[in-house]
Amino acid sequence: MGDFSSGHMIYLLNGLMWTVLLSMLAMLLGGIAGFAVMLARISQRRWLRRISLGYVQIVQGTPLLIQMFLMYFGLGVAGIEVPALVAAALAMMIYSSAYLGEIWRGSVLSIDNTQFEAAETLALTRWQSLVDVILPQALRIATPPTVGFTVQLVKNTSLASVVGFLELTRSAQVINNSLFEPFLVFGIAAVLYFAVCYPLSLWSRILERKLNAGRRQA
Amino acid sequence: MPAAVKLENVVKRFGALEVLKGISFDIEAGQVVALIGASGSGKSTALRCINRLEQIQSGTIEVCGHRVEDPALDPRSLRQDVGMVFQSYNLFPHMTVGENVMLALKRVKRMDRSAARKVAERVLRQVGLAEKIDNYPEQLSGGQQQRVAIARSLAMAPKVMLFDEVTSALDPKLTGEVLRVMEDLAKAGMTMVVVTHEMAFARRAADKVIFMHQGHVHEVGDASILTTPETPELREFLDHDL
Amino acid sequence: MNYEFDFAALAPYWQSFLAGAWVTIQLTVVSVALGLVIGVLCAVARRSGVRSLRMAAGAYIETVRNTPFIVQIFFIFFGLSSIGLRLPILWAAVFALVINVGAYAAEIIRAGMDAIPYGQIEAAEALGLTKFQIYRDVIIMPAIEKVYPSLTSQFVLMMLTTSITSQISAEELTGVANNIQSNTFRSLETYVVVGLLYIGITFLMRGAFWALGQIAFPRRRRLGLL
Ligand SMILES: Nc1ncnc2c1ncn2[C@@H]1O[C@H](COP(=O)(O)OP(=O)(O)OP(=O)(O)O)[C@@H](O)[C@H]1O
Ligand SMILES: [Mg+2]
Repeated sequence: MGDFSSGHMIYLLNGLMWTVLLSMLAMLLGGIAGFAVMLARISQRRWLRRISLGYVQIVQGTPLLIQMFLMYFGLGVAGIEVPALVAAALAMMIYSSAYLGEIWRGSVLSIDNTQFEAAETLALTRWQSLVDVILPQALRIATPPTVGFTVQLVKNTSLASVVGFLELTRSAQVINNSLFEPFLVFGIAAVLYFAVCYPLSLWSRILERKLNAGRRQA
Repeated sequence: MPAAVKLENVVKRFGALEVLKGISFDIEAGQVVALIGASGSGKSTALRCINRLEQIQSGTIEVCGHRVEDPALDPRSLRQDVGMVFQSYNLFPHMTVGENVMLALKRVKRMDRSAARKVAERVLRQVGLAEKIDNYPEQLSGGQQQRVAIARSLAMAPKVMLFDEVTSALDPKLTGEVLRVMEDLAKAGMTMVVVTHEMAFARRAADKVIFMHQGHVHEVGDASILTTPETPELREFLDHDL
Repeated sequence: MNYEFDFAALAPYWQSFLAGAWVTIQLTVVSVALGLVIGVLCAVARRSGVRSLRMAAGAYIETVRNTPFIVQIFFIFFGLSSIGLRLPILWAAVFALVINVGAYAAEIIRAGMDAIPYGQIEAAEALGLTKFQIYRDVIIMPAIEKVYPSLTSQFVLMMLTTSITSQISAEELTGVANNIQSNTFRSLETYVVVGLLYIGITFLMRGAFWALGQIAFPRRRRLGLL
């Protein structure tokens, strides 16, 4: 116990910073790609719906760890040299695009179809109907599960450690390899993850409760 | 004068279910047509085919020069000429009354905000709701919401307006205020197709009454057929469905 | 990019792939069964009238749900061996998986239990059933039935999570893949094959859960809800 120094703590906090950074990058990229997946999943073109469904099933049918490996070795084979952060972020973009796409599709479909019809009847294009009428309403419904998903995302950045990205989990491993105090080192790492994830979980739950209260009134 | 709306042998199926079994009728510009019939006879479906919310399987529909059944037709050009009001209002709950009315003016007619606002004020005055322009739909009564929906449709200056049981969700007092707005529109010369169970309204306002029965146009005439029906089916309908 | 894919190099290893897949399936089946038990117990504890029990279950659930599985399994596996408790790798893997999925299952099952109309519980009380009998006969199965789709998704996610046990050298599908790719230097091909195998297992699992639902919930089968 005495061996664990403030230097180690700083090392872990530095790892935490990279974890947060990777999470934000993954959320940003995954959000953009997830929006595209959602659009494709509700498209009026059947082939687009089919392809995007296949994409979602492939991504949701394979472990993120395998996706990390595929991205890591795939980029290598393609001769593209990127920092481990970028490789990990790309893998997580693919992973989160499928889950976010499905969450958002569910939110859009939960808006009554008559809203779409009313917009179409006013001669709005499908895109205008979506942007002006459907999405603002879907946003409220989508927020709680989206925040909930960010918790998954933060936790899953830990798998970037496996392809050598020095985030929180990898930092903990490095320290543990020299100290061999696994309960202590991984315990502290767990506390740090908890400190990031738990507020997000709470926030998601509060949003969910507000939404349900609003619905019951209406 | 060419017909504003002309249906010929229109067939509409949902899967194996044939809902419209070859219906034909036409409506002249400025006419008010009441579309009546029992539940499930296909009134809403006929209306929805007219502005192509539903695609028909055969027959022809012509609306203000648009060939509605033509797959190449851009439904948006059609819908600029055809307004529609629904039983459930379908106002956009996240927008104020004014924004509801202005949305299509800005997006489709490409008006700037102040011009759109002027139109919104005018049509809301027309339905007696000028002072509600900055309220949200939730803050209005059902009758007021429905009048906003009419104003929203009216703002696009359509040549034809379709009404699908727009008073069915309202109590009698609120029904009256919505019907008055519609009668004013009729007097102002709007071409209107009105699906309704309000026989008193049909008698007062309709130039033409179309009775639908089991997917067919069963009887057509002026409002007098509501007092002296020719077919036993219409007589029975009028006896039961007051 | 002119990379030549060479899947033929993997052909000699087909038995290893299948063996790995089989371990993955075994890990999954055992963890689902035990995780379900933990889930039900914790869901009951969460609804218990005893405050300390409620708090303990809540703390367990929140801790697991807000920390990554890889940290949990390192904590358990390396932690236990640091105090001289050397579990066989697969037992450690199952242990960590059950602890993990139990917490997720608990939350889902509790939501199902909370959705049981209170009148049904009162009716059972009026009939003189004990608390245990009420849970056993009136609450648990209908609750699981209500949340069966969510549970299915959660257990599929857990199956995918078993891949992480490769990090404590479990010889499941991903662990096998790691070995094969270091022998053949055909990393990309190896992980493509393994990815496909996981997709296969995912579909297999969804099918199995569907069939289980047909057997376990005859009412839903009759109403055509499944
Ligand atoms: N989208 C649809 N898919 C399948 N069947 C439909 C669809 N829309 C309408 N139908 C069927 O078509 C028939 C006619 O429906 P429609 O809504 O046109 O009747 P209606 O005359 O408007 O009746 P109501 O007075 O109840 O509104 C009904 O049997 C209905 O079930
Ligand atoms: Mg109708």
